[in-house]
Amino acid sequence: MAYNLKEIMEERPSRLTSGHRMCAGCGAPPVARMILRAVKPEDHVVVANATGCMEVSTFIYPYTAWTDSFIHTAFECAGATLSGVEAAYKSMKATGKLDKDKVTKFIAFGGDGGTYDIGIQSLSGAMERGHDMLYVCYDNGAYMNTGIQRSSATPKFADTTTTPAGTKVPGKMQSRKDLAKIMVGHHLPYVAQTAAFLNFKDLYEKAEKAIYTEGATFLNVLAPCPRGWGYNTEDLMLINKLAIETCYWPLYEVENGIYKITYKPAKKLPIEEFLKPQKRFKHMFKPGNEWMIEEFQKEVDSRWQELLDLEEITNKNK
Amino acid sequence: MSIRERLSGNEAAAIAMKQINPDVVAAFPITPSTEIPQYFSTFVSNGTVDTEFVAVESEHSAMSACIGAESAGGRAMTATSANGLSLMWEMIYIASSLRLPIVMSLVNRAVSGPLNIHCDHSDAMGVRDSGWIQLFSENNQEAYDNLIMAHQIAENKDVLLPLMVCQDGFITSHSIENIELIEDDKVKEFVGKYEPEHYLLNHEEPIAVGPLDLQAYLFEHKKQQADAMVAAKKVILEVSERFEKMTGRKYGFFEEYKLDDAEIAIVCMNSTAGTAKATCDKLREQGIKAGVLKVRVFRPFPAEEIAKALSKLKAVAVLDKADSLNAAGGALFEDVTSGMFVNNIHVPTVNYVYGIGGRDTTVTDIEKVYKDLEEIVKTGDIKNPYRYLGVRGDN
Repeated sequence: MAYNLKEIMEERPSRLTSGHRMCAGCGAPPVARMILRAVKPEDHVVVANATGCMEVSTFIYPYTAWTDSFIHTAFECAGATLSGVEAAYKSMKATGKLDKDKVTKFIAFGGDGGTYDIGIQSLSGAMERGHDMLYVCYDNGAYMNTGIQRSSATPKFADTTTTPAGTKVPGKMQSRKDLAKIMVGHHLPYVAQTAAFLNFKDLYEKAEKAIYTEGATFLNVLAPCPRGWGYNTEDLMLINKLAIETCYWPLYEVENGIYKITYKPAKKLPIEEFLKPQKRFKHMFKPGNEWMIEEFQKEVDSRWQELLDLEEITNKNK
Repeated sequence: MSIRERLSGNEAAAIAMKQINPDVVAAFPITPSTEIPQYFSTFVSNGTVDTEFVAVESEHSAMSACIGAESAGGRAMTATSANGLSLMWEMIYIASSLRLPIVMSLVNRAVSGPLNIHCDHSDAMGVRDSGWIQLFSENNQEAYDNLIMAHQIAENKDVLLPLMVCQDGFITSHSIENIELIEDDKVKEFVGKYEPEHYLLNHEEPIAVGPLDLQAYLFEHKKQQADAMVAAKKVILEVSERFEKMTGRKYGFFEEYKLDDAEIAIVCMNSTAGTAKATCDKLREQGIKAGVLKVRVFRPFPAEEIAKALSKLKAVAVLDKADSLNAAGGALFEDVTSGMFVNNIHVPTVNYVYGIGGRDTTVTDIEKVYKDLEEIVKTGDIKNPYRYLGVRGDN
């Protein structure tokens, strides 16, 4: 069945209900809602959540916005926590303690703090062990829940509260970690990078594939943060679009080691287009700081080229 | 008929786990408890258990996975020691606050640093305020028996708290002793089925576990944990009584050894109780009225019961195999003396920190403690209540 946003919205009500307390203009809730819409309506889900913005604003006792089962334990262990749930499912199914005809899917959500940094060990362990689960990183490029501190997902030169753009040090001086590639290095059956873009098609289709591929799968999803990035709340979808059209955030998937870029901009936009509407990059546009934009562009270009090369190489012997 | 065997403490723990047949075991190797998940893996590989064994990449993940599995509606177990428990620390509190009756086999070892792989109780003492039930075991038989009783205590609806069974690293974990095992079917019947009221994998009733719990509720939730710990006392005795009916082996909050007519006594936990009993016997032959109180249930702490059991003595020594480094005394000492004070029982009591990092504690050492107690009885002078036993360079 071809993707049709209208039909999906009508046929699959959101499994993350309204009334949660995420900020206006936050990229995470539309991502979570669309990913959960990719679950077949008859299937049950256990969602695990790392501590972070999403967790503290969707499950404040005694209210929960999750219509499926949900578990949060701590910051760094959504992967391990969900692997325990999945292991119990396997064992209890095998011993007949659970209805054998009912299906439960396992989806973890973590921000880049809980995933790239403090939670990477737990994530790596869960993925390597091959639990039948999807781990979703909603990447907003800093520790937003504690007030915009740098993470290893923060882009170079970004102004954060622990890498403030000062007179001597102009923001974060290190490049961004490439988490999707680290996950590819785990030889998982399915890894993809995506974002809410063009009617959510790319996001929905990748989520569906990831959820219904047996084994451990991983999605890295761009989730802009209006407070941390400094854009107008109504511009969320525009920021996503610019991240993709500049190739800052390429959309691709890796299925059993084979790369496929799922969107190639007809005309790759210069990186300034993405940087300009965000306050965290404001200092890069001051006279004398042109070198920062040049360097940023160079990094985007080389990473994009690397991806093109990987696509070519991995498809050669298919 | 029960089965007579010769097993190490680790083997005994692994066999108890095999007979319990939990849904999930998640563990990471650490000396001296490594053998437990090793033996258990063999049971998994040979299909003698139905358990999913999750070979996690750390102890933090071991406890996280146990929390996930238990919340899912399964029985989850683990084993660890020392630094492994330290790494779990964050999740230890989360497990108890979520009221998950996870059962752990804790093989006591000194917490770093410096690194040391041998026995003391600093690991268990580090989590004494975490809301876990803590049972201590003198020998392999007790480590086994405590594990068999664990689920019936932890899963009781008035309790719903995680439970750890402690035994001494190497001293009992690696010593082979005679043991009496219970038949598989009897264990199965005793442990029973786990039927949680609410669980993640229930399609009919999705639940949310682990909220952000702010000023309006956390206090009440913590009070509920405290109430459960109080309620656990009764349940522990009930389960122990049922266990006695099945095996003939009697367990209470503590064991009183020759305490009836004793004038001086030692309070201690785990394997040292064996040494203390042997010393006690020796002194009794010399006409010295020595006794031993061996604490089995450290959390919940039977403060009143212990205080009463010690009330007729002339002097007491509390032995701590971990120091609190608080300039006042070890945890067991503080609990015992505070129990005595609150119950208006005033017996001269001193503390000995001993056996740190696996330092041998011999009959000669224990004899010295009793001699010191005799001196206190004679002079009525405690001098220093906070002492070290068997350490070099101590005046």
